Amino acid sequence: MQRSLYIDPDKCTGCLQCEMACSYENEGVFNPSKSRIKVFTFHDEGRFVPYTCTQCDEAWCLHACPVEAITMNKSTGAMEVSESVCVGCKVCTIACPFGTVNYSQDTGKVVKCDLCGGDPKCASACPTSAITYVDADATGLDKMRAWAAKTDSANTAN
Amino acid sequence: MTWARKILRVNLTSGTVKEEALNMEWAADYIGQRGLGTRYLVEETDPKCDALGPDNKLIFATGPLTGTTVSTGGRYSVITKSPLTGAIACSNSGGFIGAELKSAGWDMIIFEGKSSSPVYLHVQNEVAKLVSAEDLWGKSVWETDKLLHEKHKDPQTRIAAVGRSAESGCLYAAVINDLHRAAGRSGVGTVMASKNLKALVVRGTRGVGNIKDPVRFMNSVAEQKQVLAENAVTGQGLPALGTQVLMNVINEVGALPSRNMQDNQFDGAGNISGEAMLEPRASDGKPNLTTNAACFGCTIACGRISTIDKTHFSVENKPEYWGNSGGLEYEAAWAMGADTGVDDLDAITYTNFVCNEDGFDPISFGATVAAAMELFELGAITTDQTDGVELKFGSAKALTWCADQVATGAGFGRDLGLGSKRLCEKYGHPDLSMTVKGQEFPAYDPRGIQGMGLTYATSNRGACHLRSYTVASEILGIPEKTDPLVSEGKAGLVKAFQDATAAVDSMGICVFTTFAWTLDNMAPQIDAACEGDWTVERLGEAGERIWNLERDYNNKAGMTGADDTLPKRLLKDAAKTGPAEGRVCDLDKMLPEYYELRGWTSGGEVTDDIRQKLSLPA
Repeated sequence: MQRSLYIDPDKCTGCLQCEMACSYENEGVFNPSKSRIKVFTFHDEGRFVPYTCTQCDEAWCLHACPVEAITMNKSTGAMEVSESVCVGCKVCTIACPFGTVNYSQDTGKVVKCDLCGGDPKCASACPTSAITYVDADATGLDKMRAWAAKTDSANTAN
Repeated sequence: MTWARKILRVNLTSGTVKEEALNMEWAADYIGQRGLGTRYLVEETDPKCDALGPDNKLIFATGPLTGTTVSTGGRYSVITKSPLTGAIACSNSGGFIGAELKSAGWDMIIFEGKSSSPVYLHVQNEVAKLVSAEDLWGKSVWETDKLLHEKHKDPQTRIAAVGRSAESGCLYAAVINDLHRAAGRSGVGTVMASKNLKALVVRGTRGVGNIKDPVRFMNSVAEQKQVLAENAVTGQGLPALGTQVLMNVINEVGALPSRNMQDNQFDGAGNISGEAMLEPRASDGKPNLTTNAACFGCTIACGRISTIDKTHFSVENKPEYWGNSGGLEYEAAWAMGADTGVDDLDAITYTNFVCNEDGFDPISFGATVAAAMELFELGAITTDQTDGVELKFGSAKALTWCADQVATGAGFGRDLGLGSKRLCEKYGHPDLSMTVKGQEFPAYDPRGIQGMGLTYATSNRGACHLRSYTVASEILGIPEKTDPLVSEGKAGLVKAFQDATAAVDSMGICVFTTFAWTLDNMAPQIDAACEGDWTVERLGEAGERIWNLERDYNNKAGMTGADDTLPKRLLKDAAKTGPAEGRVCDLDKMLPEYYELRGWTSGGEVTDDIRQKLSLPA
C-alpha cells in the first residue's frame, strides 16, 4: 500500500515540531530554516498551514531535471533527489508549481521531501494529527467521515 | 551541549558589539536562562543601581533546551533590575524569538550602558550590529514589527520590541515578541526603552544540534510529549480553554479577587471565562476564540487567538482591530475584568490587544486601574484628573479609555503608568495598593488559597503567581492535594515549588509543563541533551541556588523581611463570601517557618552558611 502525507490545517497550532523533526532527520540539527515542510502563519486570519511536497505522480520536477537526478521511489511513491547526480541547476525549482523543491546554498544541490523513506518524521512528531501519513487511495476518508457524522438521520427516507 | 557557548555583549554607550565565551562553570551551576542570566547580572551590576540608569544591564537569556524539540523548548527570559520594584526582574516569554536567537548561535545577549539615540540590534547568525531606530521611536510594537519586517524582507525574522508605553516611562512596560508574546512583568520593557533600545531583530539559520546522546534524547522527548498529551490539564484543559480554564474554577473556590480585592468572588466571572470565549456572539455568529496557538516547539498550545466583535464600542470604526491577534490569558482577563468589575469580554479583549500593541503588562495595568477606580469611588481621584471619565468599577468604557491613555502615556495615563503603589501613595491612600514590593497581585486571593499569600510575600520579583504556583496543589491536586484554607505545611510547599520552578525557568522550557511533569520528567531530557550528569537532585539544588542568588541580590538592594508582607486588606479584612468566607491570609504563621526552612535569619537574610552550602558568590 502506498501512503501519502495528509495535512489538515484546522488542527495545526503552529508549534513547528514538524519542522524540527524534518531538519533533525535530514540535517542532524533542529533548524526550521532547513525543514522541507513549512508551517505558514496567517496572523490576521488566525490560521496555521503546514505545506510540503505532495509527490505528484507526473512530477514537474522529475520531468524538468536535465540530468535525471530526480526519480520515483517505487515503494513509497516519493520523488527523490539523488545528491550525487544533482548539478544544482535549479530548473526543478522553477518547474514545480508549488515551490516545494528548493536549492540549498550549503550543498549546492536541491532538497525536497522524500517521505523519510516511508516513515515521515513530521507526521510522527505532530502533536495534533494535523499531519498524518495515510493510505494514498483514501486521503479524504477522515473528511468524509466528519461530513457523514453531520448528516441528519431523521431526514433519511425509509 | 546544547549551550551555544557564546554571549553577545552590546555596549549601547559606545555602540560596540562583542562576542564572548559563555562561562561554562556558571552554566553547570545555574543551568541557563533565568539562573545563568541572574548570575551574570549579579556579577556585573550593583544591586543598588538606578534601574533606569546606564549602570543597569538588560539580559536576554535562553536555556540549554531552547531551540530543541523538547516540548515547549522555545523560552527565553529578560533579566534586569526592575524599575517597578527595585528588586530583581526576570520575565519569561515564549513565542519564537528565543529559539531564533539560539539558532543564530547565541545563548545570551547582555545590553549595557545607554545609547545616545534610538537604536535596534540586528542579529543575523554570527553578525550582529546596532542600527538607527530614529524612525521607529514613537511607534507601537505592532507598527515597529511591520516596518522592520518590511525592511528586513525575510518573513522568518523574529522581532521583540518596546512600544510607546515604555518610551513614555510606564513602570510596567513589557518586551513584546512575535506580536503578542510578552516578557511581561516588572517593567523589563521600561528598562529597554531607558537605554534607547527599541527592538531586537533576529534571524538564525544555523540550528541547534550537538545533542549529547541523540537516540536517548529523541526517545525521551517522544515519551514526555506523550505524558503531556495524556494529562487532563496539558492534554485537554489548556488546549481547549487556555489558562482561562481557571476563571470559573477559581471563582467557585472563592479565590477570585474583585474590585481591587475588596471581594473574593465575581458575579460576572462566567461572562469573561474560557467557556464564554467559545460562545457564538449575536453580531456575526463567531466566537471570541478563533483557534489555539502554540509557542515554538510546544505540544500543549494554550495560546489564544481571538477577535473582537466588530460592532463593539471599543473597535467601531477601527478596522485595524478587526483581525485576529493574541487573546486573553487568565491573569489578564482577571486583572482587566474581575478586578475592575468589568464583565464585558470584548472590552477586555480590546485592552488585551492594546497591551500587546503598545507593550505593557495587563496584570499590573488592570490592577492599577482597579486601584484607581477605588480611589475614584472614594473621591480621592475626580473627573478633574480623568478628562471627565467616570472611573467606576464595572465601567468597560472607563477601562478601555485607561488602556488607550497608558498606551501612549497621555494625560492620566502617566499616573496609571506609575503602577498601583505609587498611584495610591500619590492620591493619599497607600493601603489601597494591592502589591508586594511594588508589584501588583495576579489572580488568586490568598485568603482563599493560603499558600499563594506566602508565594506573593516571598516572591523575588514582587507579587507573582509564577514563582511558586501552589494553586496546582491547593486547588488542582498536582502533584498532591492540599487544603487551600489551611496554612500549615504551606511553607514547605512554597519552598519546594520555588526551587523546582527556578530550575524549570532556567532550562528553556515552559512552567506550564509542570501540570503534567515534575523534575523526574525533565531530568532525562536535559541529561540526554546536555553535557554533565543532570539528575533530579542536581536540578533541585540548582533551583535552590538560583532562588537564593535572587534573594541575595534583593537583600543587597536593601530589601529585608519587612518587605515580605501583604496589604492589610488581605491580612485583616476577612473574605466575604464562598468557601473562604471569614478567612484572612495567615502569613504570620507561615513566614517564620519559611525562613527557617530556607536557613535564613529571622529577618529574611541569606546567611554565609547558605552561601557556602550552595556555592553562591559572597
